[in-house]
This record gives sequence, structure tokens and C-alpha cells, in this order.
Amino acid sequence: MSMIDTLSHTAGARRELIAFRIGDQEFCVDIMQVREIRGWTACTPLPRTPSYMKGVINLRGAVLPIVDLGARLGLATTEPTARHVIMVVSVGGRTLGLLVEAVSDIINMSDDMVQPTPDVACDQVKTFVKGLFAIDGRMVSLISLDRVLPETEAEAA
Amino acid sequence: MDPFESIKQTFFQECDELLTDAEQGLLAMEAGDADGETINAVFRAVHSVKGGAGAFGLEDLIRFAHVFETVMDDLRSGKMELTDEVAKTLLRAIDVLADHVAAARDGGAVDEGRSAPILSEMKALIGGEGLDDDDLGGDEDFGFVPMTVAIEGDDAPAFDPPALDESPAAFEPMADLAAEPASGARVWRIGFAPKSEMYAKANESGLVLRELARLGEMDVKLDADALPPLDQLSAETAYLHWTVLLTTEADEATIREVFEFVEDDCVLTIEPADGQASPPPPSSDLSDDALAAASADAPLDIAALLARVAGEAPTSEAAREPASAPEPPADLDVAALIAKAQAPIAPAAPKVEAAPVAKAAPPAGSSQAITPTATIRVDLDRVDRLINAVGELVIQQAMLSQQVMESGLARSSNVALGLEDLELLTREIQDSVMAIRAQPVKSVFQRMPRLAREVADMTGKRVKLVMEGEGTEVDKTVIERLTDPITHMLRNAIDHGLEDPEGRIAAGKPAEGVVRLRALHRGGRIVIELQDDGRGINRPRVRGIAVERGLISEDAVLSDEEIDNLIFQPGFSTAETISDISGRGVGMDVVRRSIQGLGGRITISSEPGKGSKFTMSLPLTLAVLDGMVVTAAEQTLVAPLSAIIESLTPRAEDVHFVGGKDAVIRIRETFVPLIDVGVALGFRETALPPGQGVAVLVESEGGGKAALLVEAIQGQRQVVIKSLEANYQQIDGIAAATILGDGRVALILDVDALVTTQHRRKPAPRAEKRMAG
Amino acid sequence: MSKTVLTIDDSRTMREMLNHALVQAGYTVIQAVDGIEGLEVLKANGADVVITDINMPRLDGFGVIEGVRANPDHRATPILVLTTESDAAKKERARAAGATGWIVKPFNPVKLVEAVRRVAA
Repeated sequence: MSMIDTLSHTAGARRELIAFRIGDQEFCVDIMQVREIRGWTACTPLPRTPSYMKGVINLRGAVLPIVDLGARLGLATTEPTARHVIMVVSVGGRTLGLLVEAVSDIINMSDDMVQPTPDVACDQVKTFVKGLFAIDGRMVSLISLDRVLPETEAEAA
Repeated sequence: MDPFESIKQTFFQECDELLTDAEQGLLAMEAGDADGETINAVFRAVHSVKGGAGAFGLEDLIRFAHVFETVMDDLRSGKMELTDEVAKTLLRAIDVLADHVAAARDGGAVDEGRSAPILSEMKALIGGEGLDDDDLGGDEDFGFVPMTVAIEGDDAPAFDPPALDESPAAFEPMADLAAEPASGARVWRIGFAPKSEMYAKANESGLVLRELARLGEMDVKLDADALPPLDQLSAETAYLHWTVLLTTEADEATIREVFEFVEDDCVLTIEPADGQASPPPPSSDLSDDALAAASADAPLDIAALLARVAGEAPTSEAAREPASAPEPPADLDVAALIAKAQAPIAPAAPKVEAAPVAKAAPPAGSSQAITPTATIRVDLDRVDRLINAVGELVIQQAMLSQQVMESGLARSSNVALGLEDLELLTREIQDSVMAIRAQPVKSVFQRMPRLAREVADMTGKRVKLVMEGEGTEVDKTVIERLTDPITHMLRNAIDHGLEDPEGRIAAGKPAEGVVRLRALHRGGRIVIELQDDGRGINRPRVRGIAVERGLISEDAVLSDEEIDNLIFQPGFSTAETISDISGRGVGMDVVRRSIQGLGGRITISSEPGKGSKFTMSLPLTLAVLDGMVVTAAEQTLVAPLSAIIESLTPRAEDVHFVGGKDAVIRIRETFVPLIDVGVALGFRETALPPGQGVAVLVESEGGGKAALLVEAIQGQRQVVIKSLEANYQQIDGIAAATILGDGRVALILDVDALVTTQHRRKPAPRAEKRMAG
Repeated sequence: MSKTVLTIDDSRTMREMLNHALVQAGYTVIQAVDGIEGLEVLKANGADVVITDINMPRLDGFGVIEGVRANPDHRATPILVLTTESDAAKKERARAAGATGWIVKPFNPVKLVEAVRRVAA
């Protein structure tokens, strides 16, 4: 994390990103945050949780919450199939799984390629999208994972 | 960590232990069953607190501990008599001492209103002897020299013992001084005549002279006139005198300090010899580096030495008959000294081989790890990691067993039998590992006597706290969470349970009330009982309050037991019952909640006029749980076995609906709420039709009893508790998660929350929570 | 080989302080928690210098000094007692029993090392 912070302060610093698809859109997160990528397995649903919380799975003995990232970003709810994947990411000391359609690319880019999110984007997108950049004619959104889990009462207070 | 800070931490840890020990001792003293060693132990504990405090310059703590220590010293010497009065004062003093320690640790200040009176009381006990603050300050140098700075300073190389082993190296600084005498230097004439007592204490003249040499340029003259012929040498007698001319910048006090250890065992004269313009030429060839050059176990040429030392030829007798020399005893300091003075001359002189000086040489390879103890200290993290790993092992083993069963292998097959053994072994490992983290409840109990005294003081009650079963062990995770409920119950027992002394006497009881705190193992759980011999629960009053607070209807028919347990109801505690002491703004319902949070339960039984007894029963660990695995809304869930009374198949005619929606079920003669777990958790909209599924009757003191309706019961098993909060957050109605034999996560029900939620009649559809952000 | 110092003190804080200061100064340190253990360790392991507290359970510092001096192997082993300046009587008693020197508590690491050096051959 601290390394990423350091990088983000340096214009033009290079970093590696993992790009993935949800529907027809492409997103990416910093590769430093990604622990592993695994195939979809059935979740145990959690009661009284927002619909983007798919539930929890057993990741080598740890209870791993799974977030439907598409639903979280305000896109369509994902109906997972065996072809979907879970990106295991580390966010603020917690480990969680992100349900996405497929991992598409590993992108090597520099920070000065990132453009701020335009104002036209809706609030929900702006919460998670840190910026946009173009690569090979595609538009990719850089995602911030800090607020991907629902806020707890304690955190909100 | 800074070593200074690290040692300071050790000090505070040790203080906790010392204070506890001291308190135990004082309690024994108060009870009249203290022997001399008990008093001694208390003295030592207080003394050690003072000692450490001195090293860290904790002045308030030092002052208080000093007075305390003096009282203890008077007690153990018999100068002061141990009366009940004294014991009581000291018990209060130990509390204040603990406050001082806490203040020193946490940076606060001790309430003078508490500290000062006790200090005066103690001073009065010892008649104020030797207790002036100035006295204390003058006596002991409280300033602490930070170690690393002091030791890693410029002087460090000179302190290096390995360098001292090679004597010439050690004397290099002196050589420098000799080459360039400092301008402020003076010459001192030092007469040094050791008595035999000096050697008996293992002091050595050579070492004293070596120290002296560090101060400046030194010229040594050995006066061996008193040395008798060798056959008359006695190990017990000192024969040699030295006269030293020392050129140094050091003052007389510094020079005298070199002789600090030997001053009383020698004749010492130190006087300025400045009349001489320069240090006189050596009056003897015996130079100071010769004094120090030889190693102690080199062959000893006594005859040659004596020749040089005495300035005359050795007596032929001594040379010829070395055998007549006294057997060199181990501590023949004269020999040791001479060995140092061995000179590389007079090869012609007959050599006499003497036994090497039998200094207690440590065997080679002597190491630091010689602390014979039966225990080891292990970082708790390591134990936790081990416990987690064993938890995984249990799960993995269960998964493997299940897969083997499903593969259709015969139970008698080698694989199946091997798996059974593996299961037994796994359980055994798990039990053993859990035992590592098990700790006696003593650490919690030992805080209680002080609390009892404080509450008694504040309420004007008199109380004797009797504790039993402090050695009862329970997992550390449980221990940590026992303090609050026990604290609260004890406060409650003294504040509300016990009558004041007058009231007790009027009731025909001794003025001093007795509160018993007891721990025991029962049925794989730990049971903690707190019993007082007070007035018991005032049932009409409790009932009245409950009606007033709307907890029960005015015409409710309740058994005595049910009335007693009303005090655990949320909202029962009133302003009247919340005093500063037992209340602190929390009622007994909070106690009950926290105990239930540990998978435990609490009950009260009471007899009017005779007292009350609280009984807590808790699991021995929070790492595993005995559960009943059930299916609800197609989900596999686990209900804690501790909450379950029975399970039954409900008949449709036993299920009734109150107000059209809320179901109740008749179990024998009572109606209890019937909670469809699938609906309560929001997994489905409609409940199972009456007559379907299985009802699990649970007891939750919060909402009394309730029946949880599920589709099916899969069985009972021990499960490893997994936190949901580690990666997610707490979920209402769910206590934790576990991983079942099929590798999937199953949720563990929070029975109490489920029942309470039902009572609040709060709908819980999944869509209720809005998206955050 | 560095010299070995045996420290005998029932206070963990004091043992750690002694240990820290002495190890920094290049000594090897062996620790014992009371007089009995101290004598056992000395017998088993030997030491070049013994530093002992006075007030200890089981066997106090005077007992340690007597025990060390009573053993022919250790009659010449220097013993330093940890004492407080205000305790002149204890210091005298320790000297009478055969203590080589003393370290005044609360000790100063420099003085500690100096005292050890003064008695360690």
C-alpha cells in the first residue's frame, strides 16, 4: 500500500495494473493489491447485507467476503458462472474477493497517463473510479477499492 | 525497542506481579495466618518496587514505597507488632502503591487525597523515623543514567573486559598519559598496606593497583620487608605493602574511591607529594606493567621474584626445598599477586614450579542459558498461530473424512480406519494446544480483593471476600473477558446484596458480610459463582420495578426464580439502583449480554434474608464451539448447543398466530415464540407452513425461551469458530462463521440476537440496507 | 573469552538491568533468581564474579556469600552485593561475611561495570 502511495505522488511513475471486464466495460486495479485470481465457487450468502454482497467463501481456512463488483459500481448484477473469476484483493488490512467477468490484461503504464474522472460521471462511479486512461484505443477505468465494502455503523459514525 | 524502555516495561510487568504477591501476603497477615516468611515476602516485594522505581527515577513511587518498606522492615524485625489495624492500613497502602505504579506507568498522578492520609498513617506507625524527604534524596542517587549512552560512550573501549585480558592493551591509556602528562596533574603519595582480611574477601592488591594506574602515571614501590622466609609463609597473612607515587589530575576523593572496597581492610594513606618537581625515578625495577603483565596461570618463579622483590638473594633453603613451602591454597593471594609481578629476568635462579593459582576458572563454553525452570515463555502470537493451524487441521481432517465416506469406501477399509485414528489424534492435538493457552482464573480473581475493599469503603459496608478455585483454568480468550462481568457482580453484591453493619447486626448476622467467589469446572464448562450472605432479592420491590418499567404486566404470574431473574432484563436498572458503585451506568442486563456473548449464561438464585448467588457458566474456549448443524432456507447453519434446550417436531395444532402474524408454539403448558430462522435472517419471505420442519427450543435470557423453526437438523458437531469481522463486519443475528466438512462456510447463529430481534419485531428484508457510499 | 558474571536477584527488572549493562560491556552473564539457585549455578557453571542481591526468598545474599566462601573452589571468587547506601549495617554484615565489594542501588551502569572491573582479575 505504502508503495502505491509513494508511486502515486510521483508524476510519471510506472506501475502495473490488472485490467478486467465487467459487461462491456474495462476496469483495472493496482497489481500490488491483487493477491490471487481464482475460479468462481459457490458462496454462502450472508443475511441482511446489500445485494452486491454475494456472501462468503472459504479461502484456505479464512472467511472471505465476495463482492459483486459490477453491482457495487452500479452496473448490472452479475449472475456468476463457472467462467467468472474472483480476484482476491487486499484492502486496508482486509482480504476480500471481487467477482468479475474475466481478467483481460496486465497493463504497464505511468501515472501521467491517467485523466481525472469527468464530471459527467454519476456519483457512484466517481466514488470508485479514480481516473481514466486510454490504452490501445480502449478506455480503462482505474478503480479505488477503499470503499468497496459496505460502511459499518462504526465507520460511518 | 530502546532497551531502557524495554526494561521499564519489564519493571511495570514485574510490579503487577509484586503487588499481587504483596497483596496476597497482606491478606494472609490480616487473616492472622502469616508467618515470618510471608512478612518477609511482602517486604521484598515492596523493596523490589522501590528498587526499580529508583532506577527509573520515579520519585513519588520511591517515596511511598520507602515508607511502606520501612513499616514492613519494622514488622519483620519484630520492632512493630502486627495488629489488625496495621494490616488494614497496609492493605489500603498496597492499593495506593498500585495507584502510584499505575500513575508512573500511564503518566497520571495519584490522588493526594488518597495517598497522603495513608502515608501519614504509615509514618505514624514507624514514628516518622528516617523519613525526611531530604534524607531520602541524599541517601540515594535517584538520577538514572541511561544505559546505552553511558556504556556506549567514549570510555567504552576501556571497559571492554576482553581488552583487560590482554593487560598491555588495557594499560595503553596510561601509557599515553605518561607520554604527555596533563597540566593540572598533581603527585600523590599513597601508602597501601593490605590486611589479611582484604584477601579473605577476594580482593586483590594487584587489581587495586591496576585501577589506580588508570588514574594517571604511577610509580610503585613494593615493600616486602615483612615477607617471612618461604617456609613460614602463611596464606592467611598479608605481608606486602606498597608505596605509590601517582601523578594524576584526579582529586583525593577519586583516588580514595579506588580503595572503596578495601579501605577498611588495609592501612591507607593518601597525601600530596607535590614537593617533588617530577615523579621520582623508579625506586625499584618492579614497574607497574610488570605488576600486571603476567597471566595468573603462568609458571611461577617464586625464588626469582622474591629476589627482585626483596632486593636480595633468595635464601638457599627456600630455593632448595620448595616442597617445604606451604601447599598453595586456592586463595593464596600472595602467590596470586606475585604471579602478576613475575619478571622476565634472573634466568639463572633456580625455578620453583608452583601450582597455578587455583582461581575458579569457569569451564570452557559456559553459556548464558542456565536458568533452570520448568516453564518457557512463548509469544502469544505463536500460540495463536498454532491454534489457528490446528483449527485448519480439524477442518481438513473433517473434510477428508467426509470425502472418503462419500467415495463409498467401506468403514472397515484401511483408509477409513486410518482416518478414524487421525481424527482421534487431531482431537488430542487440539486439546493439548488449547491447554497451552489455558490460564488459571487467578489473574482475574486477584483483582477482586482490592475492588471489594474499595466498594466496602465507599458504601460503609464491611465485607470479607473468600475466593476458591483460583487455579481453575480456562482459555485466555475467555479470561480476558471475565473481568468485567465479575467486577460488576461483585460490586453489585456488596452494594446491593450486603446490608450495612448495623442492619446485619439487627438481622442477627455478624457485622462483616461474606462474599464467596468460586470457580470450578463442570460439564466441560467453567462455572463461576458469586454468593453473598446479604439480604437476598427483595422480590416485591423487583416485581414492582418491573411492572413500573413495563417489563411485565401487573397481573403476571411469575415464579420466585422468574422474579429474581427479572434483574437481568434490559431496562430493569433504574436510577435508584444505578449508584456510582455498582451501576456505572450499566445494568445487570449488560452483564448478561456480555456473558452470552461468550456463549455463556448467568442465573441468580436468592433466599430472602440469607443472600443471593449468581452462577455464570461459560465455555472453556472461544476457539471451538459445540454446535447443532441445521438447514434453514436451504442454508446450512450452526446453532450453539449451549443455547439449546431440546428439539421437537411441531404439530400444526400447536402453532398459533398472535395478532395474525406472530407465531407461537405450545410446548407442554407454555407458549413460546416460534421464529422461522429463514425468514428472520431475511433468506425468504414466508415461513414454513405450520407442522413442517423442526423446532429447536432455545433459551435466551433476554427474551426468555423461543423456538427456532428450521427445515431439518443435520447433527451435532464441534466447529472451529471463524471471525466474520476479520474481513467483513458483524452481522446482526450471526455470531460468527465456521467451515464445515464439505469446505463450505456455514454461519453460526447468534441465538440471543435472533430472539431479541424477533421481540423488537423489526423486519429485516435484504433490501433494507441502502448501498453505502 | 569474556569473563562470566553470575547475577543473583529475585527482581526481573534488576536482572535485566544488570544483564543489559554487563553484556554491553562485554561480559557473559548468567542469571539466578534466588540464593539457592545462585549457589547451584555457581557450582555447576562457575563464574568470574558474583553479583548478588541481599533480600531474596529461600536464601538471602548473606547466605550466598557464606555459601560461596565455604566452597574451596570459590573462596577467591569476588562477590559484589547490591545494596543501598542507607543500609550501612547490611553492607557491614555482607563485608563481614566475605563480600568483596558492593554496588549501590539504584545502580549506575558505568559504576556497575567499574565495580566489576575492580574485582575481576
